[in-house]
Amino acid sequence: MTNGIEKLALRPIGRRAALFGLAGVAGTLSMPWIARAQAETIRIGFPTPLTGPFAAEANDQVRSAQLAVKLANDKGGIAGRKVELLVRDDKLNAGEAATRTLELIEKDKVHAVVGALSSAVQLAVNEVTRARSMLYISISQSDTINEIKDFSPYTFHEALNPTMTTAVVAKHSFKKGSKVAYLVADYAYGHEMLRGFKRAAKEIGAQTVSEILHPFGAADYSTFIPTILSSGADILCICNFGRDQANSIKQAVDFGVKDQMKIVVPVLLHNQRLAVDPEVFEGVTGGANYYWGLEETVPSAKAFNDAFRAMYKGTIPTDYGAYGYTGVASLLMAIEKAGGTEPQKVIAALEALKYDIAKGEQSYRKCDHQSMQSVLVLESKAKSAMKSDADLFKIVAAEPASESVLRTCSELGFKS
Amino acid sequence: MTVQLIAMQLFSGLALGAVLIMVALGLSIIFGMLGIVNFAHGALFMVGAYAGLYVAGLTGSFWWALLIAPVMIGLFGMLIERFLIRPLYGRSPDDPLLLTFGLGYVLVEAVRIFFGTDGIPFSTPAALRGVVNLGIGFFPLYRLFVIGVVVAVLLLLWVGLEKTKFGLIVRAGSADPLIMRVLGVDISRLWLVVFGIGVGITALGGVLAAPMRNVSPEMGTLVLAEAFVVTVIGGMGSLPGAVIAGLIVGVSVSMTSLFAPEMATIVMFALMALILLVRPNGLYGRAAPGL
Repeated sequence: MTNGIEKLALRPIGRRAALFGLAGVAGTLSMPWIARAQAETIRIGFPTPLTGPFAAEANDQVRSAQLAVKLANDKGGIAGRKVELLVRDDKLNAGEAATRTLELIEKDKVHAVVGALSSAVQLAVNEVTRARSMLYISISQSDTINEIKDFSPYTFHEALNPTMTTAVVAKHSFKKGSKVAYLVADYAYGHEMLRGFKRAAKEIGAQTVSEILHPFGAADYSTFIPTILSSGADILCICNFGRDQANSIKQAVDFGVKDQMKIVVPVLLHNQRLAVDPEVFEGVTGGANYYWGLEETVPSAKAFNDAFRAMYKGTIPTDYGAYGYTGVASLLMAIEKAGGTEPQKVIAALEALKYDIAKGEQSYRKCDHQSMQSVLVLESKAKSAMKSDADLFKIVAAEPASESVLRTCSELGFKS
Repeated sequence: MTVQLIAMQLFSGLALGAVLIMVALGLSIIFGMLGIVNFAHGALFMVGAYAGLYVAGLTGSFWWALLIAPVMIGLFGMLIERFLIRPLYGRSPDDPLLLTFGLGYVLVEAVRIFFGTDGIPFSTPAALRGVVNLGIGFFPLYRLFVIGVVVAVLLLLWVGLEKTKFGLIVRAGSADPLIMRVLGVDISRLWLVVFGIGVGITALGGVLAAPMRNVSPEMGTLVLAEAFVVTVIGGMGSLPGAVIAGLIVGVSVSMTSLFAPEMATIVMFALMALILLVRPNGLYGRAAPGL
């Protein structure tokens, strides 16, 4: 309890910085003549759900993206041009996101779009950017965005995708003969994670004993728990995101689920772990694209963390937040290589790009534009094992970038 | 599917019902007595949880939070009634509705500015952790405690309204404020107190929910919908209605979770639609006062 209030006291500092940052962006936007006066500015549209259940992750994305822009401007810009980030609240709503994206393209004349934090919303953004032949770096997990029917040569998927995340997480948490119960959010993210886990479970020889779809954004999970407890599972795999994750794990733990089975999630979220006490998440295992603790072994992670700490008063970047940085920074690298924002040249540059900006070697696979990158497996630490308030997870594994955890190009419908 | 599982599911439903009753009670009291549809209900619930967090942080005890936070927010509710709602009495019922709707937004935004958009941990008090063997299965001690508190609050309300002079005046005042005024009763002060009690109970719901649902600025959004569903099914403003409807909704959600879990939330609204078709004023409803 006192723990909570300490956090409360700590919070306003970082928050205020973010608010100022947002206010700055809003200020620039309300002065369109400035944008026009410097016609050569590279403008990046950034739709993300600043309000709603994913707000914590979205605000981190903005902070990281602004860091990437600041670093680029500090060294004199990209290809001699200043960079500007235009942040828009997509309210976690596909329609809202499509409208904001269209505005960014038509009215604000952005050169590229980076963003979106929900699989469904990101597909809506993708629809718009695809129709307008606009560069889009998507930074939220999706499987369908890689498939031929949703594919656009203008879209690059910087985030992990459910197939690779679940393949790696299952490899490190399922065993032959494991009995797995699934609690799954009933929307694209949950469905894709479930499909990925079952695909991996089949290969490993784990067995599904229960499968429960819960409504997105449910407040109370108590009524799903008797079924889970009576399923005889030894692993409970909870496939949901944002506040749903904190709430469902908390309630499952209240009911004593952890005494009977291990809890596994596809993506272990930094902010959700912070939203509840360490005892609740202790021992919970899950995947991640980024964890600040990587800095002990990966030099680029150290550089990213240090730059972030310098800009945001000693705070550290989070998992989904880091996507804001890697998404914008990789795009800017490609624009630099292409010598400008001409889309075809940037596409060619992105396809050829080898980048290491926060977590080791990354590159975009040619056929589906999926970023090949390491997948981390994290385990939530016990309170006694935490060295600081930010020391949340132990890195169980860091599986290097590999095609073996991805569906093949022909499986996705591309001609090989 | 064993008998034990079904029994456990039924019990989970009743326990969920208790939570829903707590969520709906404040809304029902304020509408039943004052005829005001309080759209700030969810926000006040959330503010109650934050007040609980604050008091718990200061005193280091959940029990003080449970006691002080609802009183604090209840007093805050009285300020709202005195300065915002009172000028609107006697005008169209839309006016207080719009006012409270806007107030809800202001409260959520204020909490976002002061406490941030992230969720904040709220531990289950040490004495109430763990599970209890009910014979049919294990159930968290904390949820049993919540059921106990809800029963106690209902008993207190019942005694207060049915057995005291204050209750008599409140009931008479809600039936015919004009006559009461003629008889020399200060109706304004009465409504002030009733509004304060309604808001205080809402805040108590927030404090009780905090260890189960986590604390975040958006925690009231769903609660507002849940509270309306329960009060509408029970009949707007009827306390027995809210109790019966809370239990019915809880059990319906729970049983749906067993057979078609993805429908668990929708079933609430389907149930509401169905009941409104048969009984347009809800189960225990009468025509709304003051309308």
